[in-house]
Amino acid sequence: MAFNSTVETLPQMGRFSLRCKRENTVAMSKALGFELPSSISETAQSGNRSVLKLGPDEWMLTCLMEERSAIERSFAAIYPDAVHSLTDISSREVSIRISGPEAEELLTTSCPRDLAVLKSGRGVRTIFDSVQVILTREDNNQFRLDVWRSFVPHVMGLLTVAVAEFECGL
Amino acid sequence: MLLIHCPYCKEKLPELEFEYAGQAHIARPDNPAEQTDAEWRDYLFIRSNVRGDHAEQWRHSHGCGRYFNALRNTVSDKFIATYEIGQACPTSHAEGEENNEQLES
Repeated sequence: MAFNSTVETLPQMGRFSLRCKRENTVAMSKALGFELPSSISETAQSGNRSVLKLGPDEWMLTCLMEERSAIERSFAAIYPDAVHSLTDISSREVSIRISGPEAEELLTTSCPRDLAVLKSGRGVRTIFDSVQVILTREDNNQFRLDVWRSFVPHVMGLLTVAVAEFECGL
Repeated sequence: MLLIHCPYCKEKLPELEFEYAGQAHIARPDNPAEQTDAEWRDYLFIRSNVRGDHAEQWRHSHGCGRYFNALRNTVSDKFIATYEIGQACPTSHAEGEENNEQLES
């Protein structure tokens, strides 16, 4: 059986953790330039910026590295009227992209979630082996894992073994 | 593996994403300094040890990160209901007598 999926680490990108109360989400959307997603696991995107809702009051914002200071400035401007917490977590995580027809099956080797129900364009925080990760389904056959830096060798090791097993048809 | 319904994510998710966090609906004393030693001991350490339906706290630690309450049967390990913090505990026999099937024997 031919195996046509790839696992690669992505170049560094800007990441923010945004937390705020529900009544302030309108102001946050204004500062960001587009609407924050309203239900958990939904994403919203505009240009290079995208937002994923992780919890009732928690969002992860991704952008280009160069955009970070502009985002920080626009959120700082609204802080007095809409209290929130915006933390730069860009170097906390490394992103791994898994793409190809076997991507979903490859992830099921270590992820306990039912990935078939995760629609494309949605993302969740979950567990991969014993590591907490943020898993986004960018497209039907393309996933992104955001893994804390120190766990990357472990996760990559597991994925490499899984890829090797898939390649020999195990 | 158990599947637990998270009331915040509104999804049934694998147990591995969750953490048990003790008995639910414990009245926390407003002013600990006014408590007698016995009352304080009871608050800190004395918990019910139910054989049957038990209201308990869980945390969706590898997910939305929220604490919620759950009603679980400690014998069959079946989750009868999960509900958001602040809501009243649903009656334990809502789902019929099936809950205690293993208690009978």
